[in-house]
Amino acid sequence: MLIAATIAILVVMIMAIVRGIMGPTLYDRILAVNMFGTKTVLLISLLGFVMGRPEFLDIAIVYALINFISVIGVLHYSDASIFKRSDQQKK
Amino acid sequence: MNISSVLLLLIGSFLCISGGVGILRFPDFYTRMHAVGVTETLATAMILIGLMLQNPDGLVVVKLMIILLMTLFISPTASHALASAAVHNNLMPELDNKEDNKKVKSSNP
Amino acid sequence: MKHTIFLSLSLAVFWLLNSGHNTALMLSLGAISIVLVLYIAHRMDVIDHESQPLHLTLKLPGFYVWLIKEIILANFLVVKHIWLGNKTISPAMMTIKASQKTDIGKVIYANSITMTPGTVTVNLKGDQFLVHALVTESIEDLVTGEMDRRVTRLEN
Repeated sequence: MLIAATIAILVVMIMAIVRGIMGPTLYDRILAVNMFGTKTVLLISLLGFVMGRPEFLDIAIVYALINFISVIGVLHYSDASIFKRSDQQKK
Repeated sequence: MNISSVLLLLIGSFLCISGGVGILRFPDFYTRMHAVGVTETLATAMILIGLMLQNPDGLVVVKLMIILLMTLFISPTASHALASAAVHNNLMPELDNKEDNKKVKSSNP
Repeated sequence: MKHTIFLSLSLAVFWLLNSGHNTALMLSLGAISIVLVLYIAHRMDVIDHESQPLHLTLKLPGFYVWLIKEIILANFLVVKHIWLGNKTISPAMMTIKASQKTDIGKVIYANSITMTPGTVTVNLKGDQFLVHALVTESIEDLVTGEMDRRVTRLEN
């Protein structure tokens, strides 16, 4: 069952990557990367149980924090000109 | 392996996959944000509680609880920051009725 | 002062739970880290009733139980609309009015709206919240103000 849940999370991560590649706006890509990051946290915790090594949970905690800071860091530059390019706003 | 843990993991995986389908299927950025919200609240909670029931002793449960709380506190902040950046840069949502759309445009010059 | 004590206690508990080692070296490293964090937090001037909302402690658990129930119901609503397809959703964006007086009350309300899937607080200006919803009904639920009342009761 743990392995099935791991595979489900991997499938969801692939879906997030597809959305990140398709776009169409920059915000969709940031959203997809954020979702990919939170699912990575789940994947690491599940893998820790699959492999019988609960130490992985520490890595998952650190990864959750890094993911949050990276998203906020990217959005800090949301005044930059690349966020305002008009061809990205149109579908 | 006990049955409640298996059940919670199953529900969590189903909700996660639903969120993944939603992010591919919904028409615009703001609606996709709701699909991500599903995977970040209840799906995460279900999978992590399912893992807690696998090994209900020691520091493992506490660490899973910390991960759960962290995810629940972080996800609204990140989605609010993302949405407010999108509105600030005039990314317009596709709305159901057109009058609302004009109102939003006039309130965000 | 009580906020400083509470912060140092919670940091100590956090360190002990995360490390799990009880040797003298690890404990002294933990004490040094706590002092350093307290010093930095004092310089940033963030130790106050907003970062440590102790006056809410007794009322929060009841609110959390209600919020978890709301989150579960909203999740099922969004999942239902995901599988039913794009024809069934009716995205709406509306300004709603909040009745909270303090900043922390407004933050709790805005975060509760964002945490329930299907509604996201997009912008916050004074007591006007700009909210985006997946279906129009969930924004009408917000306008009737059940959540608003509960958060206002929380802060008094």
